[in-house]
Amino acid sequence: MELQTLTYIVVGFTFLIYVGIAIWARAGSTKEFYVAGGGVHPVANGMATAADWMSAASFISMAGLIAFMGYGGSVFLMGWTGGYVLLAMLLAPYLRKFGKFTVPEFIGDRYYSKAARIVAVLCLIIASVTYVIGQMKGIGVAFSRFLEVDYDVGLTIGMAIVFFYAVMGGMKGITYTQIAQYCVLILAYTIPAIFISLNLTGNPIPQLGLGSTMAGTDVFLLDKLDQVVRELGFAEYTTSARLSLTNMFMYTMSLMIGTAGLPHVIIRFFTVPKVKDARSSAGWALVFIAILYTTAPSVAAMARLNLMNTMEPTSGDYLVYEERPDWVRNWERTGLLEFTDKDGDGRIRYSADASVNEVTKVDNDIMVLANPEIAGLPNWVIALVAAGGLAAALSTAAGLLLAISSAISHDLLKGVFKPNISEKQELLASRLAMAGAIAAAGYLGYNPPDFAAGTVALAFGLAASSIFPALMLGIFSKGMNKQGAIAGMLAGIGVTLLYVFQHKGIMFVASTAYLGDMPANWFFGIEPNAFGAVGAMVNFAVAFTVSSMTAAPPEHIQHLVEDIRVPIGAGTAAADH
Amino acid sequence: MSKNADYWAANLRVVAICMVIWFVVSFGFGIILVEPLNNIRLGGFKLGFWFAQQGSIYVFVALIFFYANRMGKLDRDHGVEE
Repeated sequence: MELQTLTYIVVGFTFLIYVGIAIWARAGSTKEFYVAGGGVHPVANGMATAADWMSAASFISMAGLIAFMGYGGSVFLMGWTGGYVLLAMLLAPYLRKFGKFTVPEFIGDRYYSKAARIVAVLCLIIASVTYVIGQMKGIGVAFSRFLEVDYDVGLTIGMAIVFFYAVMGGMKGITYTQIAQYCVLILAYTIPAIFISLNLTGNPIPQLGLGSTMAGTDVFLLDKLDQVVRELGFAEYTTSARLSLTNMFMYTMSLMIGTAGLPHVIIRFFTVPKVKDARSSAGWALVFIAILYTTAPSVAAMARLNLMNTMEPTSGDYLVYEERPDWVRNWERTGLLEFTDKDGDGRIRYSADASVNEVTKVDNDIMVLANPEIAGLPNWVIALVAAGGLAAALSTAAGLLLAISSAISHDLLKGVFKPNISEKQELLASRLAMAGAIAAAGYLGYNPPDFAAGTVALAFGLAASSIFPALMLGIFSKGMNKQGAIAGMLAGIGVTLLYVFQHKGIMFVASTAYLGDMPANWFFGIEPNAFGAVGAMVNFAVAFTVSSMTAAPPEHIQHLVEDIRVPIGAGTAAADH
Repeated sequence: MSKNADYWAANLRVVAICMVIWFVVSFGFGIILVEPLNNIRLGGFKLGFWFAQQGSIYVFVALIFFYANRMGKLDRDHGVEE
């Protein structure tokens, strides 16, 4: 069957499933809308969390990044998984015990301050909106590449699907759709990986294939890869660090703390029945995430090796342009792969030396998307990869939109402006907020601002430097007061924004970068994306200093902290003392 | 209240042990000690590289279940189970 028809059938089928789930899982109360009624099984919640977490970036871009960064790409692998250890041990069980609906609600109650709650809402909205723009772009790109419809049309279809299940079902609809989306995306990721690993090493398990010998030889795959990249002058795959080990340390730390502080992930742990379920559910989430994250380094190395072998079939003999394989022709048409025959010999010379290199563009994203074609897999696998990319982008967008809309309807409307609205009115308000958030995200997807590319780093930086420390101190430091927490959050965000903006430009407009985006000007050689960890340290330091100079929190807050530290009596939050 | 204080102290001990392991396998083996560890081979992997790209993730998963299990036991022993 034609690839085009197959892709329509597979993608259409997955969309029917999502809509079917939406009709089945309608939300009838605010508790169902915000936390899916609080009765989600920990394994099911783990699966939903995994889909919520793994975005278009994890699915499409990460393996490509690692393929070109080699060892340096480990920061994403460790950073985006290690955060779950922090989440499981430092936040999730206690926030579940607190038993409310949103992250700003905890901050507002714990620090007995509407101002703290509003600061938290602002951090949450900025972090989530910057993140959602990337997902919207992912949906549009996936549609236009695989279904050959316009970017705008693709985006509109994607928005309509999210609208349907997120507005109707809230967290309940999103949770069950995310479980289906996880199944689609993990199959789409692992099936091509298994075949490629079999192809190259004869081992069907990609995680083991990466450490195996090349099929029919006794040369290890990674040694072979190191050798071919070195021959063309590139940095050795298995040892090339990202800038420096100090920078890698800070980058990994920022991603870990940022992961643990991202509100759309944290609220998923409000949906399980008990404190002990919140602990094990974080473990299950990481199991489901690890299936993709341990496959990714294999996909990365094998795709890089396949690319090198295509460009230089035998040592010193470069690919004859006219004899290039079909997948190269296909991706050349998309503009994501470009060649310039500089010396006019009809061969494509691939080299680390930019003056002679003729592979002038290789987009990172090709690595995962072209994998099935490189391995010569049947068309239905390519169709499945399209559905998987869409599932990853849709599930993350829905989770982020829920975090945004609940912050608006629950924290701002009910919490600050109109505390007396009835539950029915609040449910309606939350649906309207969801519809508004989807429309706003769609608008930003149609007109992505210039700074969109740099903003995901900002989302992690904000979550790491403001939300995570405030939550952790609220649980582990009984004496932390509202002055300390607010000053800490503002100082943490302030330092992080200042550093990012001074090197990347105010709101990422490059010409306003007043210190220049030059490694020479970086603080200890730390790149702006890796600065969230420094922001978090500033937050902790300022919070403790200010808190020690001001009055201790009132007694009922100290009781509240004691109460969230023990599991017994969950569900009856102690804030009403 | 002192019963709960005991529970909290025991909780902090479990968390501290887990955090040390978390730090050692990722930042320790995966970044700080990566160069010396790369001299040791694990099949086709250099050991430091393996910890950075796979090993640390397996340990993270095991660590969370270990933590959940130990905390479940602490909850029961201190009578604070839900």
